[in-house]
Amino acid sequence: MKKLISFSTLIFFAYLAKAQDVKMADIMKENGKIYVVIAVMLTILAGLVLYLIRLDRKISKLEKNK
Amino acid sequence: MRKSWWKILGVLLLVYTFIAGLLIEVPRNPQLQETIRNLFFHVCMWFGMMILFIVSFVRAIMYLRTNKHIHDIASRQYAGVGILFGVLGYLTGAIWMSYTWIDSNKSIFNSFDSIAREPKLIGAAIALLVYAAYLVLRDSIQDIDKRARISAVYNIFAFAMLFPSIWIIPRLLDSLHPGGSQGNPALDPGSASANMRLVFYPAIAGWTLIGVWIATLKIRMKIIHEQKLSQ
Repeated sequence: MKKLISFSTLIFFAYLAKAQDVKMADIMKENGKIYVVIAVMLTILAGLVLYLIRLDRKISKLEKNK
Repeated sequence: MRKSWWKILGVLLLVYTFIAGLLIEVPRNPQLQETIRNLFFHVCMWFGMMILFIVSFVRAIMYLRTNKHIHDIASRQYAGVGILFGVLGYLTGAIWMSYTWIDSNKSIFNSFDSIAREPKLIGAAIALLVYAAYLVLRDSIQDIDKRARISAVYNIFAFAMLFPSIWIIPRLLDSLHPGGSQGNPALDPGSASANMRLVFYPAIAGWTLIGVWIATLKIRMKIIHEQKLSQ
């Protein structure tokens, strides 16, 4: 049993080490700064969509005036 | 505003793309690292472009069959938004490649000689230039009916040019770009994990719907404009 546990922990750490080989933005996810990026991107998206909606409304108004 | 379920759906899908696209677990690829998330943005531009060009092509055929002016306007506007998406795809690709394809022993500028030979870049440039010529050809003809007919015929040719320039030749040649001679760049199960595809397919739909929305706005604007001219 003991051997099995030590073996499986070894495998586990080997797996972790392999996963950490490639540098990813793990810190950004840990401290939640990634949400700041998402907030900025969503704000830009919201601005563009609002612009499209306003344009759509204006065109509809022009179509009604015909 | 013309309320349509698909406009709302498109916006919701994009919101989902922006949130899930940054948060989901992605494969730890040593060359791409976090830039693999560009799949949800850069690649979707090309998918959107292809779908918009298909719509433009269908409307061109519909014009030739029925001679209704509305199809000509629609064909032109869908092609216009398609070109916009293609240019955005090209620009985003240029940024992405500057960080993943460069030879780390050389500067970006000096490794450009190998990047400039990329068959995918050349093919995409040919396709976009063929469509750019569509706009030039169209605007050079004064007579409305002649312009509509000639540009519809040219649109069919431009669409046919997409096959060799982006769907066949770049896939026969080796390339740094994924999906060189091994298959499809984006739909290949080896390059995108199942997890990523949960975001990737909705992202394609979302970006395409936004493109269609912009195109319909431009079509309606053009119709109002032409009605005013004829009054």
